[in-house]
Amino acid sequence: MSQSIEGALDRHGLITVRRSTHSPIYTLVGAVILVVLLSAAPWMVPAQVASTLMNFFILVIMATMWNLLAGYAGMVSIGQQAFVGLGAYATLYLALKGMNPFVTVPFAALSCAVLAYPVTYLLFRLRGGYFSIATWVVADTAMLIIGTIAVLGGGTGRLMPGLQNLSPSETAHYSYLATWIVALVVVVGTYYLLRSRLGLVLASIRDNEVAARSAGANVRSARRIVFIIAAAGCGAAGAVLAISQPFIQPTNEFNLQWAAEMLFVSMIGGLGTIEGPIVGSIIFFVLQQTLQQEGAWYLIIFGTFATVIALWQPQGLWGAFRDRFHTELLPVGHWVDRTDGSVKVPKN
Amino acid sequence: MIWLNVIIQGILLGGFYALFACGLSLMFGVLKVINLAHGDMAVVAAYVAVFLTPHLHIPELWSFLVVVPIFGVIGYIGQRTLIQKSIDRDPFTTLLVTFGLSVVIENLLLEAYTANGQTVTIGTLITKSWHPTSIIYISYLSLMVLAVAVGVLALLQLFLSRTGTGRLIRAVADDREAAQLSGANYRHIFGIAAAIACATVALAGIAYGMMTQFEPTSGGVNLLFAFEAVVIGGIGSLWGTLVGGIALGVAQQFGAHFNPQYQVLAGNVLFLLVLAVRPQGLFGKRTALA
Repeated sequence: MSQSIEGALDRHGLITVRRSTHSPIYTLVGAVILVVLLSAAPWMVPAQVASTLMNFFILVIMATMWNLLAGYAGMVSIGQQAFVGLGAYATLYLALKGMNPFVTVPFAALSCAVLAYPVTYLLFRLRGGYFSIATWVVADTAMLIIGTIAVLGGGTGRLMPGLQNLSPSETAHYSYLATWIVALVVVVGTYYLLRSRLGLVLASIRDNEVAARSAGANVRSARRIVFIIAAAGCGAAGAVLAISQPFIQPTNEFNLQWAAEMLFVSMIGGLGTIEGPIVGSIIFFVLQQTLQQEGAWYLIIFGTFATVIALWQPQGLWGAFRDRFHTELLPVGHWVDRTDGSVKVPKN
Repeated sequence: MIWLNVIIQGILLGGFYALFACGLSLMFGVLKVINLAHGDMAVVAAYVAVFLTPHLHIPELWSFLVVVPIFGVIGYIGQRTLIQKSIDRDPFTTLLVTFGLSVVIENLLLEAYTANGQTVTIGTLITKSWHPTSIIYISYLSLMVLAVAVGVLALLQLFLSRTGTGRLIRAVADDREAAQLSGANYRHIFGIAAAIACATVALAGIAYGMMTQFEPTSGGVNLLFAFEAVVIGGIGSLWGTLVGGIALGVAQQFGAHFNPQYQVLAGNVLFLLVLAVRPQGLFGKRTALA
């Protein structure tokens, strides 16, 4: 796709189009070092740090998915905890059937995607804020239904089977690796998704939905695909959550707090960028760790901060940084330069 | 006879949902804003009634006389500052901002008043009821709430159709630009609509506090019920909201009759059914549909 865009614009000989603002080799080297370090982390850092990192990865997965929904497809879902919960319970169900909990993760993601498909036909009848609250109704309904199923622990919850024959340190290492792999797959997958043809449609919806429609983009089908992908991603997050915190309870897995965290993290970091949710998650964890003795204050401060950002700095912190320094770590758009190199205009 | 009682209880509950929902309906109808902090503001009103009125030496039953005007003023100011600022950006921002407010309010209440349940004390009124037969009982309080809901909706209808300000509100709701061209100050009109919506929210919150125990997190579930009432009744129709509230209340009571666990679930199922079969609701126009 990028080839054709560059070709089309280049014919006039006035401008050049590039993906990246710097040589991609630096990003690649940096990424390889980061992946090696984070993969080895559970053997190098104290267990407490590894477990914090794990929660951080879960938040990154959820926020990346929420950013796809809201930042690109314009859908403000406050019911993504539906799929976090369903993912967790799919893992519990399969583990009860005798499957290894770690093997269930892709199946949990898949079942969430399958469940999300019919749900889109209901939800897409509403728009804007009505869509938002309807997603919450769906999450509430899913929680209530799960709460009536006795074999899954009903309303009181149930312990995840299949982890007891491992030693505590083995459990910790394996669940760290599972979470880390899911996060890596989700972020890298989103990166390639946004560079694909669908990504181009999504970027055009983000920038101007009416223009995207008139240029022939199938907005509704793009939204449907994004909703299903986000359901699968949140389902995978729910599955690794169920493994890392193995007491499964409806009020915990289907907690509205997941939606709140995804939303705040994406807004603070920056909607419509891949880096934004990651930056937001880092800020969230620093704040949470600093204020962990102070009860709910981290959520109050974080929520206020997110509201202020939405009003006065809607591109978020990463968006502001990118616009100031003309740089992207994970380039999914195109930069257009005049051939004399004097003016740079970021273009997606 | 048992079923008659289930239906009567459902209607009484529905009156409360309609009272809760009319502010949400008004905010959407006029400002095109979905206030995701709607339920939490009601809970704040209930907390104010519990913790402020003892200082004023009036019975908590009459606390709404103080709280409702305060909330009207808060509504006007909140609209002219925060909400208008987000409307000026885009509808997307209003969702993010009101959701942010909702989470912040909930957690502030949690820090200030703990997670313990509270009630608005109304003395012996809570236990008084009317028994026409041995199975049917009608609580005076629920009947009063239903009457207040019908009264508020009727007053709102009269206000919107008979007064100059009401006509301005409808004009701005129908076509903001045209109303502006005719000299309407739409920001002021928005403020008035928000003030009315907040006043009804306060009334609903205090009624809620009288009927049952509440805690900082009670707002969310009430937002859901109000929203379901609005969609079932039909978006943009005030009397539809009353019918929607009653339909929701009856559905919940039917569910609860089989198993208390099914109360909320039955309401949600009715909502999803309406969405599948008649997405414009019972009395709605097709404005909020995609």
